[in-house]
Amino acid sequence: MNIPSDLKYTKNDEWLRVEGNQGTIGITDYAQSQLSDIVFVEITVSEGDVVKQGETCATVESVKAAADVYMPVSGKVIAINHSLPEKPEVINRDPYGEAWMVKIEFTNPSELDQLLDAAAYEEHLAQKE
Amino acid sequence: MPEPDLCELSVPNRIGFRFPEVDVPCAELPKGLVREHLPLPELYELDVIRRYTRLSQLNHAIDTGYYPLGSCTMKYNPKINEEMARLAGFAAVHPLQPVQSVQGCLALMYELQEWLKEIGGFAGVTLQPAAGAQGELTGILIIRAYHKDRGELQRTKILIPDSAHGTNPATSAMSGMTVVEIKSDERGNTDLDSLRKQCDETLAGIMITNPNTLGLFDENIEEVIRLVHEAGGLVYGDGANMNALLGIVRPGDLGIDVLHFNLHKTFSTPHGGGGPGSGPVGVCDKLVDYLPSPIVTITQEGDEETPPVYGFYTPPKSIGRVKSFHGHFGMMVRAYTYMLMHGKEGLRKVSEHAVLNANYLRARLRNVYHIPYDRICMHEFVAEGRWEDAPEVRALDISKRLMDFGFHPPTNYFPLIVHEALMIEPTETESKQTLDAFADALIRIAEEARTNPDLLKSAPHHTPVGRVDEVKAARDLILACGVSVEEDT
Repeated sequence: MNIPSDLKYTKNDEWLRVEGNQGTIGITDYAQSQLSDIVFVEITVSEGDVVKQGETCATVESVKAAADVYMPVSGKVIAINHSLPEKPEVINRDPYGEAWMVKIEFTNPSELDQLLDAAAYEEHLAQKE
Repeated sequence: MPEPDLCELSVPNRIGFRFPEVDVPCAELPKGLVREHLPLPELYELDVIRRYTRLSQLNHAIDTGYYPLGSCTMKYNPKINEEMARLAGFAAVHPLQPVQSVQGCLALMYELQEWLKEIGGFAGVTLQPAAGAQGELTGILIIRAYHKDRGELQRTKILIPDSAHGTNPATSAMSGMTVVEIKSDERGNTDLDSLRKQCDETLAGIMITNPNTLGLFDENIEEVIRLVHEAGGLVYGDGANMNALLGIVRPGDLGIDVLHFNLHKTFSTPHGGGGPGSGPVGVCDKLVDYLPSPIVTITQEGDEETPPVYGFYTPPKSIGRVKSFHGHFGMMVRAYTYMLMHGKEGLRKVSEHAVLNANYLRARLRNVYHIPYDRICMHEFVAEGRWEDAPEVRALDISKRLMDFGFHPPTNYFPLIVHEALMIEPTETESKQTLDAFADALIRIAEEARTNPDLLKSAPHHTPVGRVDEVKAARDLILACGVSVEEDT
């Protein structure tokens, strides 16, 4: 299971790449492997939206299940990956790169402390299995 | 061999039906409503009959094979149900007939309401909802009407355990409620700490499935109901799993305020493509005024010589109609027949044997398949379809391979809280021989997973259609008949 060490994680299997006061959100390698072949993705926020931690920002659907993607932290949406809905399979192929979903500007950076680092996320997955 | 579809069988200008000569003056249709080209297949009647007869023979049905589809209660539907539903007095009536002329039908509906009240421990029942999901919607609309009536408009939150049926969140969202998921604890029960945190003044209620989709009776059910009631919420019970409880536990006695029954599961009316569903809803005392209208009632009591007179009434705060006329009446006749045939003791035996059969299968499989919540189950159980020493094999492959043995696969990938879930519900109508044959097949497949995984990955091998590309089907959805759609646009 690929768990890059430079990212932050949630227990709900989202990742967050922190760059200054901005962050990029996607779902983890574990999440895509659990969902299996992803057939549909919808990003449910738009540029300019202010979205709270824990609120839905995207929905992904595979042949097995549908799952919501939640905001790891609160933020203002500054970019969304418009090309992702046309090729949802990249989530399976490149979950941490091409399959990013939403870029935000943090509105409450202190929430970052609640996120897991790679080691803690790995341990969380081990417990879950 | 692939079956040609109707569009492929189509021959231009072939006519399967001729209208009689027009013997009234013709009227022109308004401009813009007439089109020159209609892309429908052109066929003889016999083409159509052969096509659908062949398809029906290829189909898997409860009348042709075992169907252990979890949480669907695919029990045998006794043929006497069909005979009764075809009696002219039931089959040939019209819902707009004067009530005096359909007293027998109303008597049946009234008694069915009374029996469902008795079985569920409820004060009132509506027979209108067309199926389980509509029963849920009706129940949640009743809960919403109740809070609104009391001026508690802020109560918009519905809690749903992660072991509940998948339709529950959709029902709540469609009713304008906010859904909050509650985790299960390590025994597969509703986690009480997570529940307590959500019990506030915005709580409208909880939708709980008991036994839950792990096939387990929620050991915390009384405390869950107490906490929700204490916070001013109501408890919705998803009765899809009632086949485990008949004559043993009455949901109303537990404190469940609203519950839908699935006549097409518990009470042996056909489903899975075999007929429409029927999802009556039972409610506790304080909710009877909100039931959909009309409800069948006795308008004039009878005595020893004259039968009672039946009619309809509208509850004072009714949420209104949820279905045209009176729901799927033919299903009510079938369910009534089934209940009458079994009687009180018989219905209890139905549930006892459903639970016994599930535990028998669980016990036969538990050393071969990992069962994550391995305790005495109710009418179904959930196994994991994966092994460490067969890394390529997934639940889907096991299910596909089961088709080669002539069995319908179990429910796959639900509930989501079990990895590679295989949800197995044997029902009470299967013999020990059938259960053993099914267990033997699953045990053999577990061996094949280690010795010949490709056999599973490429299954099914003995069905009219082999492994279909489900990913492609979901990604490249084409919703059109193949005949000249382009020309028409």
